[in-house]
Amino acid sequence: MATPKFAKTHEWIRLEDDGLATVGISSYAVEALTDLVFMQLPKVGRQVKAGESIGEIESVKAVSDFYAPVSGEVVEVNASLPNQLETLGNDPYGSGWLVRIRPADPAEIDALLDQAAYDALVKSQAH
Amino acid sequence: MPDTLLETPLCSWHSAHGGRMVDFAGWQMPVQYASIVEEHLATRQAAGLFDVSHMGRLSVRGPSALSWLESLLTRRVADLAVGQVRYTLVTSDEGPGGVSILDDALVARDSDATDGTPRLSLVVNASNRSRVVTWLESRLPNAGVTLTDHTLETAMIAAQGPRAIEIVTGLCSAEDAERIMSLKNYRSTSATVARRSAAVSRTGYTGEDGVELVVATADAVPVWEAIHAAGSPHGLTACGLGARDTLRLEAGMPLYGHELAAKSDPFAIGLGFAVNLAAVNGSPRSFPGAAAMRLMEAAMPDKVRVGLVFDGKRAAREGAAVVLPGDVATTVGTVSSGSYCPTLGTAAAMALVDRSVAAEGTPLDVLIRERPCPARVTPLPFYRRGATRS
Repeated sequence: MATPKFAKTHEWIRLEDDGLATVGISSYAVEALTDLVFMQLPKVGRQVKAGESIGEIESVKAVSDFYAPVSGEVVEVNASLPNQLETLGNDPYGSGWLVRIRPADPAEIDALLDQAAYDALVKSQAH
Repeated sequence: MPDTLLETPLCSWHSAHGGRMVDFAGWQMPVQYASIVEEHLATRQAAGLFDVSHMGRLSVRGPSALSWLESLLTRRVADLAVGQVRYTLVTSDEGPGGVSILDDALVARDSDATDGTPRLSLVVNASNRSRVVTWLESRLPNAGVTLTDHTLETAMIAAQGPRAIEIVTGLCSAEDAERIMSLKNYRSTSATVARRSAAVSRTGYTGEDGVELVVATADAVPVWEAIHAAGSPHGLTACGLGARDTLRLEAGMPLYGHELAAKSDPFAIGLGFAVNLAAVNGSPRSFPGAAAMRLMEAAMPDKVRVGLVFDGKRAAREGAAVVLPGDVATTVGTVSSGSYCPTLGTAAAMALVDRSVAAEGTPLDVLIRERPCPARVTPLPFYRRGATRS
């Protein structure tokens, strides 16, 4: 399984063997949100552009958007997730996935941050 | 925004214990430690410990202190007993017949000096402290009253929840413990807590039983740590401003800048009890803006404050439009505060709505990010301690 790449807006994306990309939210972002109460996922079949808001995640304190890391078509959403938001905290890179996207251009994924670059970003934002 | 944030004497403790520090009204304050929901529920089930040192603490002393505050506050002051606390509004004149609400506050007659000179205190909101002080200073008589802002030389700690009194009094002498346990709501006393002098009042902002302590800056950490250590085995948890806000929302308590603002009609938002307009010994009350308040009291308000409970957990935030069900074009009100409410298990909000839709049970929609979400008008408070609510 490929290692995930990261968007600056704290989504992760992983290109799977079937050519689809799984998208989720980084453990750092989930930990920063805490007390999640609501999530809105996009509709299957939606064409999305990289950087476009494709859903909302709400904690007790605030509402945040989450964004498509790459352009493509939403082919599947983790429909059980909004009713089991604790999964996001327990397994953010596994069963806490959000959507699966058929990337318009898989090279867009390569251009995102790798783990080391994302960790550096998180470190810089924590100060 | 100030260049440097003020720090309470407990700021280092918060940071060292995982507090997420934010700027709140110019103060560096913890919004939460681990989880707002857990802090909220700990306060309802056992006890929560809150640093509320950012609140403004003013003392008003001198032979004319009672009559001076009586002339300035919407609530009666002259008849306060020693050890009594009242919720009041602080108003200023705004031209002929006008009024501006500067803040809401607690006024207390803490103690009298041995010569009988009254010593009163005011606790005001952090966000309004400087303008309230400026206003009060502008109204000081030449003699007879001394006004002092003690905010920066004291700390204020709230212990709230069903176990709070037991935990705090466990740190007192038998005599002081007995006096605190027998304090009625909105009464205050002085006591020695964890070997430090404290002004103790049976007040709070959570809907729970509890006390608020004012101590000297140097005593803040020892008193806080003593309560924390004694309370932790009983489920006491340090709480940030996030839980303080969800707790007061469930308790239906107004927050200045949200439910209450300069131009609010206190009678429309359920604060008429804090405006005493009845004449005293034949003299009409004459606090600043009293004439305007009389007109408000006599008029039927167009809009009133209500509670709204949602089916889901998604929160309507301040400013969200309240509309008629299925009719997003007809706005009938505005949300003043809203959040997921941990004790309710759903979202709730307070809103100012047209009187015609304010009846209990009225279904309304609230636009949350442009999407109508169904809610129902519900009596305030949403949560009342000791009551079972499902």
